Amino acid sequence: MNGRTIPRIMWLIINLFSISLVKRSEPSKTWTALTPLLAVIFTMIAGGLLFMILGKDPFLALRVMFWDPIFGEMSFYFRPQLLIKAAPLILIALGLSICFRAGIWNIGAEGQYIIGAICGASVALAFYPYESVFIFPLMILVGGIGGWVWAMIPALLRTKFNTNEILVSLMLVYVAEQILNSLAIGLLRNPEGNGFPGSRNLQDYASASNHEIWVGTGAHWGVVLALGFAVGFYILLNQHLLGFQTKLTGQSPRAAKFSGISPNFLIVICLGLSGMLAGLAGLFEVSGPSGQITIGFNVGYGFTAIIVAFLGRLNPLGIVLAGLLMALTYIGGELAQMQLGLPAAAIQAFQGMLLFFLLALDVLSNYRFNFRFRKAS
Amino acid sequence: MDVSSISPTLLIASLIVASTPIMLAAIGELVVERAGVLNLGVEGMMITGAICGFIVAYETGSPIYGVIASILGGAALSLIFAILTQFFLANQVASGLALTLFGLGFSALIGKGYTGITPPDMSSPNLGFLTEIPFLGKMLFEHDYLVYLAFSIIVLVSIFLRYTRQGLILRAVGEDHSSAHALGYKVIRVRVLAILFGGGCAGLGGAYISLIRVPQWAEGMTHGAGWIALAIVVFASWKPLRILFGAWLFGGLTVLQLNLQAAGVSEINLILFKIPLQVQYLTMAPYLITILVLVLMSARALSNAPGSLGKSFHVSG
Amino acid sequence: MNILKKISLGMALITGIAIAISGTAITAEPVKVGFIYIGPPGDHGWTYRHDIGRKAVEAHFGDAVETTFQENVPEGPDAVRAITQMALSGHDLIFTTSYGYMDQTLAVAKKFPNVKFEHATGWKTADNVSNYGLKLYQSRHVQGVIAGLMTKTNKICYVASFPIPEVIREINTFYLGAKTQNPNVALQIVWVYTWYDPGKEADAAQAMIDNGCDVITQHTDSPAPLVTAEKAGLVGFGQASDQTPFAPNAQLTGTIDNWDPYYIDRVQAVIDGTWEGHGTYFGDISEGAVGMAPFANMPQDVMDIAMNVRAKITNGTYFAFTGPLKDQSGELRLKDGEVASRMMLDTMDWYVEGITAKYPD
Repeated sequence: MNGRTIPRIMWLIINLFSISLVKRSEPSKTWTALTPLLAVIFTMIAGGLLFMILGKDPFLALRVMFWDPIFGEMSFYFRPQLLIKAAPLILIALGLSICFRAGIWNIGAEGQYIIGAICGASVALAFYPYESVFIFPLMILVGGIGGWVWAMIPALLRTKFNTNEILVSLMLVYVAEQILNSLAIGLLRNPEGNGFPGSRNLQDYASASNHEIWVGTGAHWGVVLALGFAVGFYILLNQHLLGFQTKLTGQSPRAAKFSGISPNFLIVICLGLSGMLAGLAGLFEVSGPSGQITIGFNVGYGFTAIIVAFLGRLNPLGIVLAGLLMALTYIGGELAQMQLGLPAAAIQAFQGMLLFFLLALDVLSNYRFNFRFRKAS
Repeated sequence: MDVSSISPTLLIASLIVASTPIMLAAIGELVVERAGVLNLGVEGMMITGAICGFIVAYETGSPIYGVIASILGGAALSLIFAILTQFFLANQVASGLALTLFGLGFSALIGKGYTGITPPDMSSPNLGFLTEIPFLGKMLFEHDYLVYLAFSIIVLVSIFLRYTRQGLILRAVGEDHSSAHALGYKVIRVRVLAILFGGGCAGLGGAYISLIRVPQWAEGMTHGAGWIALAIVVFASWKPLRILFGAWLFGGLTVLQLNLQAAGVSEINLILFKIPLQVQYLTMAPYLITILVLVLMSARALSNAPGSLGKSFHVSG
Repeated sequence: MNILKKISLGMALITGIAIAISGTAITAEPVKVGFIYIGPPGDHGWTYRHDIGRKAVEAHFGDAVETTFQENVPEGPDAVRAITQMALSGHDLIFTTSYGYMDQTLAVAKKFPNVKFEHATGWKTADNVSNYGLKLYQSRHVQGVIAGLMTKTNKICYVASFPIPEVIREINTFYLGAKTQNPNVALQIVWVYTWYDPGKEADAAQAMIDNGCDVITQHTDSPAPLVTAEKAGLVGFGQASDQTPFAPNAQLTGTIDNWDPYYIDRVQAVIDGTWEGHGTYFGDISEGAVGMAPFANMPQDVMDIAMNVRAKITNGTYFAFTGPLKDQSGELRLKDGEVASRMMLDTMDWYVEGITAKYPD
């Protein structure tokens, strides 16, 4: 055996067989359920290699990131944090999954999240310092409407002018960020804040704050609604006509049209719903864990939720699991940062790799590998 | 202070500098999209190019090697995207986003330890007497090599797409990949090459920021330039020469906002009323204008978007 | 058992416990000190100097102290988590080094009454929370003096981060310093709305250079504005640390944040058991907490004047914010001879007379 044997064997194989992909008539159920699991395993392997290159013990790093937050010594604190971190991701991803199923690409969830938070917080600040049990529900309503309105912009531009919703919704994220900055420094700024940017802290304002419902669980109203919507969507998609309509439109727009579904109607409904959920996520964050409208309030949940949606296979229950997994990477990553000196950037790279592997493995659920002997030519 | 203290020559000169990175990324993405592929990972490719260029330039002491490294770095990252979308037939939108995320994280990782240092200086060509021309001299002829390279790439791409056979093939692949395949053109190969070109250009754009414009390395230093480049491609109706105007508009508004602040101009005085110029409104302006342009262009019956943009190509059976 | 046996058993128990306690008291565990950073230590600015302070603590106390840090912690719920993590893992003293951690520090402090917290540049305190800062405006005033003397175009410029009192008062004192030497000087200000973004800072500096200014100062954390000045052949001031390596020909001087003495002092207090939460401590130039990089790139006579002003500030005979002082709109803020109070400095939201730029709203 010399150094040329293996390349020779490979060359032989490649020329003996031809490998092609044949589209399946319908996506394989087993592979669809299996790919996220495989993707996670591959990512852990690749991530472990990455940590090794960075000079950290890969097994220790993986344990700190994935095991300790759930079962380790401080997990009584971290398990609720998982729910807190996962709630906005799940809420937004649920809305996105509806859009993506229908082939509508809402990339601007981050902007809808911001606007929802601004609208809800503004209501609270307008009522300050009055206490009333009606303030919080009103905030929820207004937050949802705010996100809905922001998503209506790309929706209406798409239905009336056929403008690409990817770019419009994306540009609106930047516009929303600037509005946020402007309000944090100007109109919504805390008058008792010594001139520093940022609104009053809503956690100090009892009627407006989004507290833990059961102490120690981390479950605030956002968590409850996230799980509630997940169950609701599951029922909706499997039992209701709307679920069928979105699926069909996504897979075959022409067939959908022929069966009487108005694509415009669907665009407005899906984007609107998605915007509303993103706005709600923003509202629960600003009245809960985050506490105030300030520069840098948004941390990219709108974009991470896209990964969660895909990881959860656009399925509500899958999204809940995927959201929790993503939250684990965040929190485990922070733990690894503190205990092992692992750089924060490693977490982002990790999340990107997860999506890469998922997308690559996805081919298995939609296509079949076909090995054929090459015919002598 | 008033508006008259702003020198138009200097303003346009800094506008050109500010627009170069997004111009480079945009022209690369234009080629990719003309081939029918939507690569949302421009931001990831730019930042990867920025750090690769920076590291190589700093370690070797040569800015030229840095520039080459940035092109290779951007292209290497785009290769992942190419494999995912052309061979694994993955969804292009999700793949692009994954690319951005990974690129941002990966570049920050390898960039640790390179913060707070200055890379070797990149020299500018000495255009001698041309710089003496009043007005135009300072404005156009005192820039560094990459600015002129960016202009050249735009012109070359324009010629390529319009007058060469390869350009025609690329456009055909983008317009209708099934027909192009039927005609015997290698759709996948064309697209992969286009994606690599896009990655290289984006990487170059990123290197411009880290090696020339700032010049320093900081995590996430592209700050959304990649997304702006995507907007510029649409703004330019997928026509290369219009990329220039798009990049100038975006670069220009950023620079203008800073200059207005420096000059102490805080409002525009129209005869009947005053428009206050808050920093945030000016920063918002390029994005709002892009949306406006997008609407105007889509409203017209003819859309210039390549017909197969975003659709995966697969030969069945 | 009978009563005698019970008593002797009890005493044996007590004695045993006493020995055990004194035993543990003798072999004390190292004091754990944690640091929460807003940016990377590699920013060569704000966080860099805090990290130097941390290393000084390690060097000073050796094995008696163990330090940890977490960098790039965003303000908000992530900060709560990071601080809580530190509190849960046995830290005795935690430094949170950014204004934006204020509410978060207090929230965590409430849950961990036995852990001590030090919050930089804020104002809310509690029994186990202190505030601390530096009188950076003292150094800034001297910079203003130098700027007024060094400018040839009579335009000096400021790359400013956020319109908050600490930034506003430094802008004011910078201008006042320049004005004492050069009554015709004009100040350009550009707000970049970030603490650390080399690209934006460089662009802002360039825009002002294009508008004619020739001395640059900044309240942002990277060396970018100074590098831009160096490229243009102009001069300026470093921020938070000596940035000469980046701009050897451009840096006139710079403020050096020196947190070492305060950090060592506070850790010592924790070791001695004398630590108490207090309202804002402000490090003074006379204590060495506010340093200035060696004066360079300026003629001797400018240096002499600057040194003189610096000496007067250090020994307390001169304070820039002394009346009569009017604000931009002409309203008298400080009467003749009146010295600005701590309150006025901490809540300053107006420009002094003579600054023509509009106050950001």
